[in-house]
Amino acid sequence: MTAQTQTTESGLRAWLTAETPHSRGQARLGRVYLGWLAFARNRLAMIGLGIVLLLVLMAALAPLLAPYDPYTQNLSQRLLPPSAAHWLGTDAFGRDILSRILYGSRLTLMIVALVAVTAPVAGLLIGTVAGYLGGWVDAVLMRVTDIFLAFPKLILALAFVSALGPGIENAIIAIAITSWPPYARIARAETITIRKSDFISAARLQGASTPRIILGHVVPLCSSSLIVRVTLDMAGIILTAAGLGFLGLGAQPPAPEWGAMIATGRQYVLEQWWVATMPGIAIFVVSLGFNLLGDGLRDVLDPKGQ
Amino acid sequence: MPGRRHAIRGAGLLVSVALTVLGLLLVTFLIGRVVPIDPVIAVVGDRVSADTYARVRQELGLDLPLWQQFLRYVGDVLQGDFGTSVLTSRPVLEDILRVFPATLELATAALVVGVLLGIPAGVMAAVHRGRWPDHLIRVIGLIGHSIPIFWLGLMALLVFYARLDWAPGPGRVDVFYEGLVDPVTGIITADALLAGESDVFWNALHHLVLPAGILGLYSVAYIARMTRSFMLDQLRQEYITTARVKGMSEARVIWRHALGNIAVPLTTVVALSYASLLEGSVLTETVFAWPGLGLYITNSLLSADMNAVLGGTLVVGAVFIGLNLLSDLLYRLLDPRAR
Repeated sequence: MTAQTQTTESGLRAWLTAETPHSRGQARLGRVYLGWLAFARNRLAMIGLGIVLLLVLMAALAPLLAPYDPYTQNLSQRLLPPSAAHWLGTDAFGRDILSRILYGSRLTLMIVALVAVTAPVAGLLIGTVAGYLGGWVDAVLMRVTDIFLAFPKLILALAFVSALGPGIENAIIAIAITSWPPYARIARAETITIRKSDFISAARLQGASTPRIILGHVVPLCSSSLIVRVTLDMAGIILTAAGLGFLGLGAQPPAPEWGAMIATGRQYVLEQWWVATMPGIAIFVVSLGFNLLGDGLRDVLDPKGQ
Repeated sequence: MPGRRHAIRGAGLLVSVALTVLGLLLVTFLIGRVVPIDPVIAVVGDRVSADTYARVRQELGLDLPLWQQFLRYVGDVLQGDFGTSVLTSRPVLEDILRVFPATLELATAALVVGVLLGIPAGVMAAVHRGRWPDHLIRVIGLIGHSIPIFWLGLMALLVFYARLDWAPGPGRVDVFYEGLVDPVTGIITADALLAGESDVFWNALHHLVLPAGILGLYSVAYIARMTRSFMLDQLRQEYITTARVKGMSEARVIWRHALGNIAVPLTTVVALSYASLLEGSVLTETVFAWPGLGLYITNSLLSADMNAVLGGTLVVGAVFIGLNLLSDLLYRLLDPRAR
């Protein structure tokens, strides 16, 4: 992001918006650029993107930004209200809440990233296979999907965590197991609409194998609606993970997970309100960021929803 | 033959519900199997001879193949045997029946909040589409989707109970009133009315306002969004123009004609949001010390009381399926086009 990009910007822009692109790559980048322009016009979506980028920065730079160590206890400094030395106050063990929130952003980001990678991929594969093959494969896979959809998500995640034991890894597994069914449904619906198209028949007549058609032709076309849905679901993932942490089933102390921090601040909430309030604000801001980003992406990538 | 087609469709629905319930049982059964707790040791302790261990293991049916164990499990559950809770040492079903009315009371009150606020908000948003009421309602919905409910509950207790003293603290009634009315239905407000104890009724209602309001906010966003999109569909129709041309008042056009026509899809939306309220009650009950099913499940979880956890999961799942089925049936029953 230096002077060089600025001087070449006009040239780059002309290249991106060229009426007659010379290569597939140029055309593709051009589409992305136009999408970005539409996205950038949406002020709320840009705020969302800003919040998410801020979260990533916070997580990456936590050791540099945090004024104190998030784990070191200092009982002479316990339950101090927000001040110049401790911007957000200290908790029951005298730990700086700001530092803990900064480090906690790493856990939040890790949970979101892991769930957002595993669950949609599983859902995408199950949905496209079911939609493309049809018949009894479709019937069986969709029946399984329906069973998972019939459970309330949080309750099912609770049951899985109870079986696996509390802890952040198991919370992630439980959330991922409960998150894939809607993706499978979306992917199946999209697959069914494109399964009969001419280009799929053409690929089949050229001798392409079923896995090749599904992975190479069907999956890419289902991806954009799935990306929108995943972004919109990220806030839900954060809230579920925080809820599990709050119930004592997610990240375990002394990990600075935001939900668990609220749980420990709960007994002081009536007097030392900042202990439980500050991590809650962090959760709220980050979920809001993902929700705004998802809304903006939906408007760009999925014009049907308008 | 419309009657026969009906019967076939009804049978298909029944089969699909039965399969879903069976799947539900399979999931809870498998979760129960992967638990790292040895059920035999949970019963007899870890200081028993190998003979006793083997006998108890056989009595519990753990030496059978997995599919036979599953059949036994299904049989037990269908007979209402969910096992015994380690925590309360009572049958799990008995525990659940005792705590469920509290959840029902909370979720129902929350649904009332959701409907009373959500439907007018959705109508206003549709009527003033693209102007500030629409944006305001959209932003409120967005915020509602981003706030952790347990945190909002804590903040509400902090502000309205500790600072302003407008609301009572956690629990269903003040300690003073506890046990004053006999639990006939288990729903305290109803019990108090039945017993003619107006003091208890008002106290219980007062206790209900905060948790039900907070839980209800979650369904407000969903109900308002759905109402808005249904209303927008209606307002585009020609009969609305006709009504306006006839000189009918705008209020009558909107609240009577348009809203009247979306009553059926709205019913199904309300039934579905009832289901999600049951789920949301888990965290709300924990914050407000509300002795319902959610609190029961989380308490059992923390003490690794698997029978209770799986029993509670099963009941919530079954209610979920039931409400989905109900919304489906309501739609078919109420909308003549779906018949």
